[in-house]
Amino acid sequence: MIILTMYIAIFAGAYFIVSFFQRGKESKGFNALKTVTFGDESAVTPNRAAAFISVITIFLIWGAFTDSKLVPLHVTGPFVGDTSFTYTAKNAAGDTADGNVSIRVHKIGDKPDKPEVEATDSFVQNDSILVGAWRSKLINVKRNDEGYKEDGYQIVAIDGKPIKAGESVEVEDGKVALTEKKSLNFTPTKGLQLEPIWMPAPEAVVSRFIEIARDGYQNFGLWEHLGWSLIRVIVGFLLGALVGIPLGYAMGLSGWFRGWFDPIVEFMRPVPPLALIPLVIIWFGIWETGKIVLLFLASLWIMTIAARAGVSGINIAKVHAAYSLGASKRQLMWHVMVPNSLPEIFTGARVAMGVCWGTVVAAELVAAQKGAGMMIIAASKFQLTDIVLMGIIMIGIIGYGIDILMRKTERWLVPWKGKH
Amino acid sequence: MSDLTIENLSMRFDLPDGTHVQALQDINLEIKTGEIMSVLGPSGCGKTTLLNIVAGFLAPTEGRVILNNEEVHGPASDRGMVFQQGALFEWMSVSENIAFGPRMKNIQAARSKEIVDHLLETVGLHDFGEKAVYELSGGMQQRVALARCLANEPEVILMDEPLGALDALTREKMQGLVLKLWKETGKTIILITHSVEEALLLGERLLVMAPRPGRIHKEYQLPFAENGVDQDLREVKKSDGFGETREEILSMIWEMEEEIMGRTEAGA
Ligand SMILES: Nc1ncnc2c1ncn2[C@@H]1O[C@H](COP(=O)(O)OP(=O)(O)OP(=O)(O)O)[C@@H](O)[C@H]1O
Ligand SMILES: [Mg+2]
Repeated sequence: MIILTMYIAIFAGAYFIVSFFQRGKESKGFNALKTVTFGDESAVTPNRAAAFISVITIFLIWGAFTDSKLVPLHVTGPFVGDTSFTYTAKNAAGDTADGNVSIRVHKIGDKPDKPEVEATDSFVQNDSILVGAWRSKLINVKRNDEGYKEDGYQIVAIDGKPIKAGESVEVEDGKVALTEKKSLNFTPTKGLQLEPIWMPAPEAVVSRFIEIARDGYQNFGLWEHLGWSLIRVIVGFLLGALVGIPLGYAMGLSGWFRGWFDPIVEFMRPVPPLALIPLVIIWFGIWETGKIVLLFLASLWIMTIAARAGVSGINIAKVHAAYSLGASKRQLMWHVMVPNSLPEIFTGARVAMGVCWGTVVAAELVAAQKGAGMMIIAASKFQLTDIVLMGIIMIGIIGYGIDILMRKTERWLVPWKGKH
Repeated sequence: MSDLTIENLSMRFDLPDGTHVQALQDINLEIKTGEIMSVLGPSGCGKTTLLNIVAGFLAPTEGRVILNNEEVHGPASDRGMVFQQGALFEWMSVSENIAFGPRMKNIQAARSKEIVDHLLETVGLHDFGEKAVYELSGGMQQRVALARCLANEPEVILMDEPLGALDALTREKMQGLVLKLWKETGKTIILITHSVEEALLLGERLLVMAPRPGRIHKEYQLPFAENGVDQDLREVKKSDGFGETREEILSMIWEMEEEIMGRTEAGA
């Protein structure tokens, strides 16, 4: 909630600051002369400053809410250090006395010594405990008190404030609760920073990346994990395209094929590939064959529909022209239908690659010995959030990279797309 | 003899709702080799249908089309077609588009290049051979379409509103080009247009069709095409009889249009 509010504040603040500085010198060129820009989609170009600030903001917020060393400003972190509170107990005789509890709050992973305590001359004895930051701890304060087993013994106040079972009291650097079983429970102040197990700092993710890139994870190198995912996607996609494209052409050209396969394709199209995982596992096992079959099915229908659309979307004048220029059916197919359908096929291929990439990660989550998905699911079992996060970032980068590559190839192979 | 004969041609479209449209009724035509004929008529009178039957894209319900004493069945390279737009192949360069016909016939690359270079010159696009077709203006694209059709050496060239999508100035230039090509190549040309002026300029013979059922309403023999070959077209438009004929045909088509309107209103 705080993060969202902060994010919106930065979004709006950056807008006002940037537009203040860019006033006068922005929009040169053709768009500058347009008076109607609101509603003219072509006049909307992404603001470079906005893109830059957007990315920086994510890292700033990420850093500020973790204990990142890269970011100068932080929200308050959890309390770490020594603190104490006193509790007041009443014994069976009705006397009251105070005891001091010394607390040492330490970072998780550190193993400091307990604070020393002095003996008192009343029936209440001092206590000391260790608590990890973000954790809480039950303190059995009565354990060393005289006569605590007698009926009248009870804790009546914390730092002078009266307390009953089930209630809690704010003390310096934390909160003390009296449980129903008459124990005290101390929770040090958490602050706004997130625990590393929830959200590690950016540099922790980077160092984990370097470590895994060097040493690997779970018997395989980082590049082997990612490479295997990529290979599965490529093989599955290519098989899907190899079957789907000719099938789509056949459906676009022959009534028999269309009639036969339309129900199948239309039925399979809305079934998400993830829903097929259980069946594919039952039929083909959980290892490579199963994954390839799953990805094949994920891309098959998309490629079939793309190829069918490419064929049926042709301007009939082109077909007529080709025939009157003396083309045979085979020549028409090869020189007209196929190139004419390429733009549609590329659009389909881009979608299919995206779907396959998502599906392979999901399939690896279910079962795999190597792969990007396996890496993050294995890490999550050990609560290695930094590896999980690194894996997600790598999956995002690769997915984005695939799409850029497909677009480049498309512009190179189908330069006429969208230009008739 | 490579005359084009159209015999007792009728075309009826049966519609899915059980009714039918008589697009053409009993058309008879004899078109001599080397003749240029323009076809006019209100929208929906069957001009495109007639052309598609001659091209072989449609089979008539009755009658037949005969070219070189042989009945026409299906499209073939002896009848070339120039479409209004969208029929060029975007994935090919201008030269490749023009070379399409020769390539389909497996003509040698060297010979095909000769044909292409010659045609690029003829249609005034000698520097544009390597350009992509989507980089050309509409007028240039129609020049490519003409050249592509000519590269195939068809006996009859069929044009369905080939200049319909062009601006007035480009259109006038293209009309000159069509006349020039007609004279130079001696091809038989059938040209459909909606512009009465264009029909007068480009028709040695002018056919006015009437709708429902589609039939030949009136035929003219005109001198303007012949005159236009070596004369400024604007001069031709000022010549004797041009204005009168134009007015006559215009009012004829207007009458038909009004009749259609009246009929649909009465029906509604
Ligand atoms: N495939 C078809 N199915 C049913 N009716 C058709 C079909 N093609 C044409 N028609 C009908 O036949 C008639 C003639 O159509 P056609 O396209 O030949 O007219 P046109 O003279 O070329 O018109 P325009 O000048 O608008 O191009 C019209 O009434 C049309 O509705
Ligand atoms: Mg028409």
